[in-house]
Amino acid sequence: MSESFEPVIVGFLCNWCSYRAADLAGTARIHYAPNMRPIRVMCSARVEPQFVIKALREGADGVMIAGCHPGECHYVDGNIKALRRYELLKRMLRQWGVEEERVQLVWAAASEGIVLAAAVDRMTEELRALGPLRWGETVISGNGHEQALEEAPAAEEA
Amino acid sequence: MTAKEKPKLAMYWASSCGGCDISVLNIGDKILDVDQAFDIALWPCVADFKIKDVKGYPDGYIDLCLFNGAIRTSENEEMAHLLRQKSKVLVAFGSCASEGCIPALSNLTTKEATFKSSYLDNPSTDNPEGVLPQPVTKVPEGELHIPVFYNTVKTLDQVVPVDYVMPGCPPEPPQIWAVLEAIITGAELPAPGGAIIGAGTVAVCEECSREKHEKEIERFYRPHEIVPDPDVCLLEQGIMCMGIATRAGCGALCPEVGMRCAGCYGPLDGIVDQGANMVSAIASVVKAGSGALAGIDEEELAREIGKVMDTIEDPSGTFYRFSMAHSLLTRVRSNGDGAQDGGGR
Ligand code: SF4
Ligand code: SF4
Ligand code: SF4
Ligand code: FES
Repeated sequence: MSESFEPVIVGFLCNWCSYRAADLAGTARIHYAPNMRPIRVMCSARVEPQFVIKALREGADGVMIAGCHPGECHYVDGNIKALRRYELLKRMLRQWGVEEERVQLVWAAASEGIVLAAAVDRMTEELRALGPLRWGETVISGNGHEQALEEAPAAEEA
Repeated sequence: MTAKEKPKLAMYWASSCGGCDISVLNIGDKILDVDQAFDIALWPCVADFKIKDVKGYPDGYIDLCLFNGAIRTSENEEMAHLLRQKSKVLVAFGSCASEGCIPALSNLTTKEATFKSSYLDNPSTDNPEGVLPQPVTKVPEGELHIPVFYNTVKTLDQVVPVDYVMPGCPPEPPQIWAVLEAIITGAELPAPGGAIIGAGTVAVCEECSREKHEKEIERFYRPHEIVPDPDVCLLEQGIMCMGIATRAGCGALCPEVGMRCAGCYGPLDGIVDQGANMVSAIASVVKAGSGALAGIDEEELAREIGKVMDTIEDPSGTFYRFSMAHSLLTRVRSNGDGAQDGGGR
């Protein structure tokens, strides 16, 4: 693995807790890995599994979903739905060969800038150890489809 | 076209089971109207044409081509290009052509694993020398060629542009006839460019007559583990019915007779990834975690929810039963559990 590999993490942060935690980490000048690209969502329940899968398909090395602690979601139980989705998605992604570290669910309250920063640091290191995902290049187009057609003979008579 | 010249109809099967062809024949005596309205230009299931006949047609000679089956071999792909070139209107007919369907479940594994189970490990196969299909084989008389078997199954629209998509495994005969009748009578079809025809726009649940209540599922059951209540929504009973994440059009055939909807009419309008949509739907109807209060043991909560999810056997093969090739991830990486053991969990 080349030493310069910098994982790209797409981070979906809920507006009421985790985005504020990220804000706090910034204003408190906590040093942490710059590898997460934060996207603010109103609640962790806004993160459809399709968003996660799409991020993986389109070049992310990992996806972090961060929300309020259970019992503290601004919309009562949005984060419980997020947790249920996550537990099922995790089981599904295992079958696809996506390592568990690549999709993580984190709880970080508005006051927990340090928790969020530590989670990003940890995930960055885990992804660095796993290496790039590059789903589009290696899994989707890396299957020799076009090349196979060239080596293939013309269709025989039906 | 002169007054007496009929439009040309083609139907082709690529990687298919033949069921789509049978479903067209199942439109009953309407098939005579089809015969009256069209000249058949290619239809391997019912008439004897050769590929060289098709190659000899001018471009755009075929007015309507119903292409069923997925793209799994180089021959399938070559026929897709040929028929695209020769057809004015190309329809991805049925789930295999439009979503990948059952053939694309092998995107959960690899070509090597597929060959291994088909040609080597299969109990009814006697192959002591371990012979596997080779695209080119040298024999004293020369070279023998067979199509290349791809690692990844694709849909028709992943190899050529299609004008319309007709979902279903297979499309239901009344839907087929409705489309053919519209074409025969010259009724206006939606603008081409991959538009869905011959199906509804809502979910299967809307056509399903089972009683629906608030869903609070405690665990899931496989079909042999439970005798379903005849009147109540199957999903509510913990049977993995995909009606909630599947396009209507069949009249909710399966749940009406006590079988779960397996999702053959594909994703809902506006949804790209049927499996991801199903994950989302399932998360909303599971009971575990409801009413969790602040300060709860978060790891225990995740474990409790995880236990319910563990009762879902083979989530990928279940949620993408028909839509694997068209899913966002398309196929598994070769390090996935699926790829190693040839499917399952
Ligand atoms: S869509 Fe279904 S019926 Fe049609 S060819 Fe595929 S498996 Fe057979
Ligand atoms: S989930 Fe299945 S059984 Fe329940 S209403 Fe929908 S289609 Fe009918
Ligand atoms: S109920 Fe579902 S699986 Fe059955 S025919 Fe309809 S769409 Fe297909
Ligand atoms: S508002 Fe933060 S998780 Fe719902």
